[in-house]
Amino acid sequence: MKVRLVDIAHARSGDKGDTANVGVIALQARWYSVLKEFVTQKGVADHFRGMIDGKVDRFELPNLNALNFLLHGALDGGGTLSLKTDAQGKVYSTALLRMVIDVPDTEARRLELPAAK
Amino acid sequence: MKEIVRVAAGQGFWGDDLDAPRRQVEGGQVDYLMLDYLAEVTMSILQKQKERDPSLGYARDFVGAMESVLPAVVERGVKVVANAGGVNPPACAAAVKAVAEKSGAKGKFRIGVVSGDDLLGRLDQLIAAGHALANMETGEPLSTVRDRVLSANAYLGSEPIVEALGKGANVVITGRSTDTALTMAPLRHEFGWGAESWDELAAGIVAGHIIECGAQCSGGNCLYDWRSIPDLANVGYPFVEAKRDGTFVVTKHPNTGGRVSVQTVSEQLVYEMGDPHSYITPDVIADFTTIKLARDGDDRVLVSGIKGKPPTDKLKVSIAYRAGFKAVGTLVYAWPDALEKAQLADKILRERLERLGLRFERILTEFVGANATHGHLAGDQRNAPEVQLRFGVRGPDRAAVERFTREIAPLVLNGPPSVTGFAGGRPKVEEIVAYWPALIDKTVVKTKVDIVQ
Repeated sequence: MKVRLVDIAHARSGDKGDTANVGVIALQARWYSVLKEFVTQKGVADHFRGMIDGKVDRFELPNLNALNFLLHGALDGGGTLSLKTDAQGKVYSTALLRMVIDVPDTEARRLELPAAK
Repeated sequence: MKEIVRVAAGQGFWGDDLDAPRRQVEGGQVDYLMLDYLAEVTMSILQKQKERDPSLGYARDFVGAMESVLPAVVERGVKVVANAGGVNPPACAAAVKAVAEKSGAKGKFRIGVVSGDDLLGRLDQLIAAGHALANMETGEPLSTVRDRVLSANAYLGSEPIVEALGKGANVVITGRSTDTALTMAPLRHEFGWGAESWDELAAGIVAGHIIECGAQCSGGNCLYDWRSIPDLANVGYPFVEAKRDGTFVVTKHPNTGGRVSVQTVSEQLVYEMGDPHSYITPDVIADFTTIKLARDGDDRVLVSGIKGKPPTDKLKVSIAYRAGFKAVGTLVYAWPDALEKAQLADKILRERLERLGLRFERILTEFVGANATHGHLAGDQRNAPEVQLRFGVRGPDRAAVERFTREIAPLVLNGPPSVTGFAGGRPKVEEIVAYWPALIDKTVVKTKVDIVQ
């Protein structure tokens, strides 16, 4: 079943130089396992292909039911150098929430995940 | 010893709500008021002000904030810790003293002034001694931009603030200290945490991280269930109620808007996060994967379980340098075919710049309403009701950037149709002051604490 992250997670992002960070947090604790298993480093790198110049790092925070992603080369130089509207990566979080993941039907039903519209 | 120490955040950045400090000390009991004024490039703005007038170079909003909280400081013993000193903590202290005299509070409190973070006058000597101050992102040595450096300040930890409080300061003014130390230092002072009480120090740092952006942990900018967050016009700024064992509750005063919940605190915890296993500060490395959050009643979140480990032997240095000029111009195109019209305007503009022989380090076009924040992920926006063309250039040559700013207006008559939104006039040319993060050996930086009556 296709699941869109905006239906199962909330998120906040910020910056460190030319790197944006996106912390993505499961809306229900039981859905963290879905984030952990299906929101992979490669999946996120593919999602943002063409929008960022550098690599993607991924970290797990099971204590917060959250993942943290570092998107390198995401901010056109970052800080005051950047010409972007979102020079400080404040809304990169919402761009990640557009991501659609594929969850096996049995697991999706067991966890009562909302299907992507 | 107090069983519970309350540290309240009254300012999340320079430019935050001017009335928040007063509301924090009047809305209920707090022991400390913590005010964070310094963002990464703030130091360079303050340095420019100090060059023009040697009695400036600090966050002037702080003087008004002090005036509004003086009764609480003098009559109820609330202490204030702020990094408002910028590049001139002594001048900041003098300004606070002047306000106190005017308000009849002269001699009724002591100001602790922390200095030693400012490395600008020592840069050449440090570079000559082999400190490359290499850019943490690019690896380039500072010598490549040395002649354009405006300010250079080490991020200080909790030690000098604890020292100032130990000497009886009621108000502590620092220059560039870490944002988190402003919260951790009062807790360390009150509870007598040792320099190697790693878990407690880390807990103080996490408390600082949660409240350092003001209301961003108490309902502001919160995506989770955002429609249901009440009364943001009267948002309650956060404070922590901390205990000696390093556990603390995040909450806000009664009868204020906003919300403190596991979700609002979680969002703030992941804000600007790097590797969660090692949140590095001068005092301790905190492990954010050990933080436990639990609801503790309405608008109360209990934070516990935090582990820390010894810090590195380096301090981070915040350096600001002149990095050329930039300008951004905009025009708005309306349906039908708003995006296509804006795209044609972009093409024409680029061709004009080419014909004029103007060269830039960087040209960036965004189509606001179509792709500015989500890029191609936003999908097909050809049917958008309107699209803003947002065109920016950056380069070392001020004249070229200036010339670019004259190329936007002619498009209104010379370019694609259905164009508007030029009431603001020509774009402004801005000098870029960029940020250069570096590391330096801790042993190089000597801090100093002065007590002013």
